[in-house]
Parts: sequence; structure tokens; C-alpha cells
Amino acid sequence: MIAIVDYGVGNLFSLQSSLRSLGLETEVTGEAERLRRAERIILPGVGAFGDARAKLDATRLVPVLLEEAEQKPLLGICLGMQLLFDRSFEYGEHPGLGLIPGEVADLREALDSRRWKVPHMGWNRLEIVRDDPLFRESRRGEYVYYVHSFYARRCEDSVLATSEYGGVAVPGVVRRGNVWGAQFHPEKSGEAGLRLLRAFAEL
Amino acid sequence: MLAKRIIPCLDVKDGRVVKGTNFEGLRDMADPVEMARFYNASGADELVFYDITASAEGRNLFTDILRRVASDIFIPLTVGGGIRTLEDFDRVLKCGADKVSVNSGAIADPALIAAAAKKYGDQCVVLSMDVKRLDGQFRLFAKGGREDTGIDAMDWAVRGAESGAGEIVLNSIDTDGVKDGFDLEMLDALAARVRVPIVASGGAGNMAHFAELFTHPGIDAGLAASIFHTKQVDIKDLKRYLRGKGVEMRL
Repeated sequence: MIAIVDYGVGNLFSLQSSLRSLGLETEVTGEAERLRRAERIILPGVGAFGDARAKLDATRLVPVLLEEAEQKPLLGICLGMQLLFDRSFEYGEHPGLGLIPGEVADLREALDSRRWKVPHMGWNRLEIVRDDPLFRESRRGEYVYYVHSFYARRCEDSVLATSEYGGVAVPGVVRRGNVWGAQFHPEKSGEAGLRLLRAFAEL
Repeated sequence: MLAKRIIPCLDVKDGRVVKGTNFEGLRDMADPVEMARFYNASGADELVFYDITASAEGRNLFTDILRRVASDIFIPLTVGGGIRTLEDFDRVLKCGADKVSVNSGAIADPALIAAAAKKYGDQCVVLSMDVKRLDGQFRLFAKGGREDTGIDAMDWAVRGAESGAGEIVLNSIDTDGVKDGFDLEMLDALAARVRVPIVASGGAGNMAHFAELFTHPGIDAGLAASIFHTKQVDIKDLKRYLRGKGVEMRL
């Protein structure tokens, strides 16, 4: 059973459908007990960091997530990945979960020219820089679908794969211990995304 | 680097895909779910569904189709047609849409874009505009290209992007259905004014038209309907051709 954390952020229809299409059992839940019982946990998210953090705090699931991340595979997707880091500078400064060392900053300020559009939206090639069981079914140089305006930095030791945009090696996949994060949307990345989700389910 | 996107557009009426020329003379083509599967297998980077039904019955049929597509196909889905309120956003997002396209709804209520962007994020809101040359101006038209609003389309786009539209679809009424190429002059005028992704629509007749389109760096995606639906252009062939021309493509 894969538990998808429900904390009132974002649309979980596609994520749940994509996992179902792989024949995987899923459950969208905001209950601590169900997260404890699940074999794997996915932390989704879209929107602004501060707002998402506040909503996650309101569920009182943070201590449970920190505890369960020691025991079982956890995957943060998009804003869910950004929440794994120490802090974010999206509209002020907000604390993250501190599961992966690093911070989240404005992509606009890092790009090498004004001609690059933000959000970084569309299909970009994923370059694997460190092999990992999560890529067991992936092919080299696959395209994945991104939609984001902030990016992870100062997290070099945890980066598994990047995508180049405007002179920035945007961290696409990160990992520390049992905790993985994907900046792109595997549930919207066609076959490449499904392969990644299947590998996550088999970790 | 981001790949340029190829987007087939499916106009859905009463549960069927239709596509006219110059917005008139619709003719029935196929089943939307089957077509979505076909396009996904062909390498489409995104799918756009326009609900052109007026009846409540047709609307329910549309959301049902959307739900079936989103349960089966895992690439970005944009939905438009009849989006006038936040409730309309909610209705299609719950059925699996990733982006919602507003056109006449934003003209009737200019506060809609800002309200939707605040609630769902900029990435979710697409401003779609039908534009025609009139009196030496790029003029914004409403109601599927039937009604002159008197508004300068480029000013409208700037306002839309400032309000939070994360992407703009520019459909040139002048080139739509003519199959003589995209309206590059109009697209360049837009690219000079906004910094959000631009989707070009109207005028694609062959593969060379897309190659020409992507020599204009401000354009992120090309959208077409009938040339894909009639299999006059195959998306897989088109993407290989474009990559051969040096355009970044997801294959």
C-alpha cells in the first residue's frame, strides 16, 4: 500500500490514477495511523511553500512523517520535494522538514539570461548523475515534465539527477537515505514517469 | 533545455471530437478517449480539450470523458470552453485537468484570471485569445471569434500575464483553417510583450510550418487540430523531422 499524504494541497487525481494504472494499491489519507501502516509514502504538493507548510502543520502529521521517513521509502513530488529541505525563500523564509540538507530559492535569480521564462514549464531532459535503484527502469536522457518557479540548491551531496535550464543544473531527483524527491511530476511525465513510479513501488 | 511542445487540440461536442474551418461548418471526427490514447502513443506533449457544448447534458458527458482520459493518459491536460467562474475551474480540475484555459470568460469577468491564479497557481491558468487584424490593430475577439470586443489583443495579453495567467494560447483568426502557416507576425508581436510561455495556434498545414514556427525563439509550443485528426501530419513523424532540423523535441 502506498499512502498519498492528503493535507489539502493540490490535485491528487492524476497521481492516484497513474499509480492505479500500474496495478498499485494506493490510499489518499491524512491519518497518522494509516501512514504508519503504509509500505511507502508519497508527499505531493503544488502551490506556495509557506501555505503548504502551514497546511501540513495543521494536520499534525509532521512528527509522523519524520518518524516514518526512517522506516520506509518516502517520495516528495514537486512542492512535496521542496518541503523535504531545511528551508525555502519563497515569499519570506519558511522552515522545511529538514529531511534532506539544502534550501529552496527563486529560480529566476539563478538563470543566466532574462530571456528564460519562469515558471520552468514543460518537458526537459533528465540527466542521471548518480545511479540509484529509483532509476532501475529508466532510460538515459528521458524527458520529464516540470512546472516550478523555485528550485533546490546547496544540496549537492543528495542530487541524483538534474535538468539544465538557463545555465542552472536544476535538481530533478534527490535522495537521502529512505527519502527521495522529484522536482518534476512523474504522474505527468508519460512512460518515463510511470517507470520511475514503478521503481519507487519496488524499492 | 526545454523541449518545444506539439499539442493536438480536441474540440468536443456532445461527446465527439469536431473541428471546423474558420470556426464554421463543424464535422464529426472521432471518439475523444480513443483519440487521446492515439495521440499519447504518437508522442503528443500535451492534450487540449475544448468543450464546445452548450447543454448541461453535454457538459456532463464532457467531464465524464475528461475523467476517463485522465485515468488513462499521464501527460498534461488542458481544458477550456465555457470556463466562466471558479466553480468551472474546480469542476474540470477535479476530473484530472492540469491547466484550465479561459477565453470569453475572462473578457466577461476580467477578475477571473487573478482569482483563479491565486487559488490554483499561475501554472494552472491559461489565457486563450482569438485575435484578428482590424483597423491596423490586433483585435481581441470573443465568443469563438464571432464578436469584436474592441480591445487591443496585445494589451489584453499583458494584463492577463500580470494578473497571473501562466501561459498564453494565441489563435489567429486570420490564419485559422487556412493551412498556410502560423501567424508569425502576430506571434512575434505577442512574444515581444509577455514573458510567459506562448502556444501558437491557427494555420498549421504541414511539417515545414512547425519548423518555421520554432525558428522564432519566443514560441514554446505549436497547437493544431485538423491536420493531426485527419492524419495529414503524424505527430511522431513531425517530431522526428523537427529534431532533424535542430529543434529540441521529446521523442
